[in-house]
Amino acid sequence: MMLRFLILLMLAAPAAAQLRIDITSGVAAPMPVAVPAFATGASVDTPAGSTTELGRQVAGIISSNLSGTGLFKPIDPAAFPAPGMADVEAPQFGAFRTAAAQALVTGFVTANANGTLTVGCQLYDVFSEERLVAQGFTVTPAGWRRAAHKCSDLVYSRLTGESGYFDSRIVYVAESGPRTKRVKRLAVMDQDGANHRFLTSGQSLVLMPRFSPVNETLSYMSFANDRPRVWIYNMSTGQQQAVGEFDSMSFAGRFSPDGRTLVFSVTKAGNADIYAYDIASRTTRRLTNGNSIDTSPSFSPDGRKIVFESDRGGAQQLYVMNADGSGAQRISFGDGRAGSPVWSPRGDLIAFTRMQGGKFRIAVIRPDGSGERLLTDSWQDEGPSWSPNGRVILFSRTERNGRSSLRSIDLTGRNDRRIPTPLEASDPAWGPLLK
Amino acid sequence: MTQKILTFALIAGAVALAGCKSNRDVLPPEAWQPAPAQPQGPAPIDQAGTVPPPENVGSTALPGSQAALIEAAGSDTILFGFDSYGLDERSRQILGAQAEWLARNPQVRASIEGHADERGTREYNLALGERRANAAKNFLAAQGVGADRMSIISYGKERPAVDGSNEEAWAQNRRAVTVVVSGGR
Repeated sequence: MMLRFLILLMLAAPAAAQLRIDITSGVAAPMPVAVPAFATGASVDTPAGSTTELGRQVAGIISSNLSGTGLFKPIDPAAFPAPGMADVEAPQFGAFRTAAAQALVTGFVTANANGTLTVGCQLYDVFSEERLVAQGFTVTPAGWRRAAHKCSDLVYSRLTGESGYFDSRIVYVAESGPRTKRVKRLAVMDQDGANHRFLTSGQSLVLMPRFSPVNETLSYMSFANDRPRVWIYNMSTGQQQAVGEFDSMSFAGRFSPDGRTLVFSVTKAGNADIYAYDIASRTTRRLTNGNSIDTSPSFSPDGRKIVFESDRGGAQQLYVMNADGSGAQRISFGDGRAGSPVWSPRGDLIAFTRMQGGKFRIAVIRPDGSGERLLTDSWQDEGPSWSPNGRVILFSRTERNGRSSLRSIDLTGRNDRRIPTPLEASDPAWGPLLK
Repeated sequence: MTQKILTFALIAGAVALAGCKSNRDVLPPEAWQPAPAQPQGPAPIDQAGTVPPPENVGSTALPGSQAALIEAAGSDTILFGFDSYGLDERSRQILGAQAEWLARNPQVRASIEGHADERGTREYNLALGERRANAAKNFLAAQGVGADRMSIISYGKERPAVDGSNEEAWAQNRRAVTVVVSGGR
C-alpha cells in the first residue's frame, strides 16, 4: 500500500513540475484543466448573442475540444468562481488549486466599436502561477466559434509541443435511405460537427471527397450523367471542373501537398492506373502502367513520393513510388490485404486499411514498411484520414447492419470516439488548419 | 354519400385484414382462429353498392426490353466468386444466351453494370466492379456482340442488390448486370 502511494507520488511529480503532456506514448491519466466562462466587461448584445453568453459558450467549446483529445480532463466549472475581467490577468489561483486543476485556460470576450469581437485567451500553470501563453483573436460575430478553436489550438500546442487541429473542417459523404438505394451527399462541417452544410443534393452518387491542402477546393467523385469521374469543386465560388478527358471511370482523387497536382486512378480494359493531373495547365501524365488495379494514391508531405495500393503481386498491397511513377517498392507484407493508404502530414507514417481474419481495421506503417501497428478493432473500419497535425486519424466504421458513422482514433490507439453527424456518414477527409 | 360508404367499407376491410395479420403473428398455428366473417363496427349500412373486383392485368415482355432479355437469356445477371472476375459455367451460359438475344435484337444497346460486395475497400471495389463488367463485355463481344453496342459502368459496393451482411447477400451482390439502355420498340 505504502509502496503504491510512493510510486504514484513519483509519477505525479514531474507532470506538476513542468506542465507538459507527452502525447507520443499515450497518457494514462488526462491532465485536469479548468476552463471557466470567459469574462466580459459590461455585457453587450451582438448578432451572435450577448458577450456574457458568448463567454460561456467559448469556454464550453474549448472544454469540449480539450476533453475530446483524451489528454485533458476539464473540471466542472461549478467548482470555482467565474472570473471577472481583472481575474483574467491576475487569476485567483487558490480556487483552482482547491479544485485540483493543473492548468487554467481563462480569457474574455469583448465587443468592438466596429462590430467585431475580441477573444482573449490565456493559459496558466496553476501551481507555479506562471502564464504560459496568451493571445487575442479578432473575429466577426459569425465567426466566433473559430476564436474558441484557435484558443484550443494555442493551449494544446503549448502543453503538448505539437500543433493543434481544432480550427479545421471535415468533408464527408452523408448517407440516407436503404442500402440498395443509398442517397449520398457531400457535406462539410467544422471539426467538432458545428456549421454543418450539405454541398450536393443527393441526385448523383458521390464518393471520396478530399480537401485541397492550400485553398477552398475539394476533389470528389461523382456519377453525374452516368459518367463516374473525378471533379474539382471550389467551395467559395461554387465552380466545378471535370478532371481530364477519359472515356472510362476516374476515381480516388487526392491533391499534392502544394495543391497544384491531383493524382487519381483511371480504368482501362478492367485495369486501373494512376495518373497525375496538373490543375493549372490541365495536362495529364500517366504514372503506372500494368495489368493490375493501381489506386488510392497519396503524396508524401514533401511531394517526392506517392504511396498507393496495387494487386500486381496477386492481392491488394501497399507500394511506394517516386512522384514521377518510377521505382515502385512494396511496403506491406504479412497476412491479409492492405488498402486505402494515406501519408501522414508529418511524413513519418502511412495510415491504411488492414483486411485480415474477417476484419477491416485502421493501421499505420512506416514508409519503409517497418513498424506496422493496428489501431482499431472492429468489423469494418476503412478509409483513414489524418488530422492536420498527424496525431489523430478519422475513418468510417460500418456495422454489420449496414449503419455507417465517422470515428476518430489517436495515433496511440486510444480514444476511439464517434464524430457526430446528422445522418449516417462515410468517407471522411480532414481539411488543413484554417488560416 | 356513396363515397362515405366506400370509405367505411375500405376502413372496415383494412381493420379485418390487420386483425388477421396480427393474429397470425402472435398466435401459434394450432391456436389460430379465422377472423369473424363480419367485421366489427357500427350497424350494417342500409344501402350498400357493389363494386366488381379489378380486372386482371398480365405483363408482356415487349421486344427489345429488359424483360425480354431476362425471358430469353434466363437472367440479366451473372454472379462472381469473392475478389474474382472469372466467369463460371453458369455465367457463360447466361451470357451466351444474352449474346444470342442481342444478335436477334440489333437495335438494342446495353450497359453492363459491375458490382462488388461490401467486403472490400471503396476504391478497390470500384475497380473490381469495372473488371467484372469488362469480363462480361469481353465475353459478349467474343460471341459477336459489337463492342460499340456495349458500355460498362462500375458501382463498386455502392449499389448492392440485396441488403445484408452475410455470405448469401454478398454472393448475390458480386455481380454484373446487362441493362438494356435503348432499342425497345
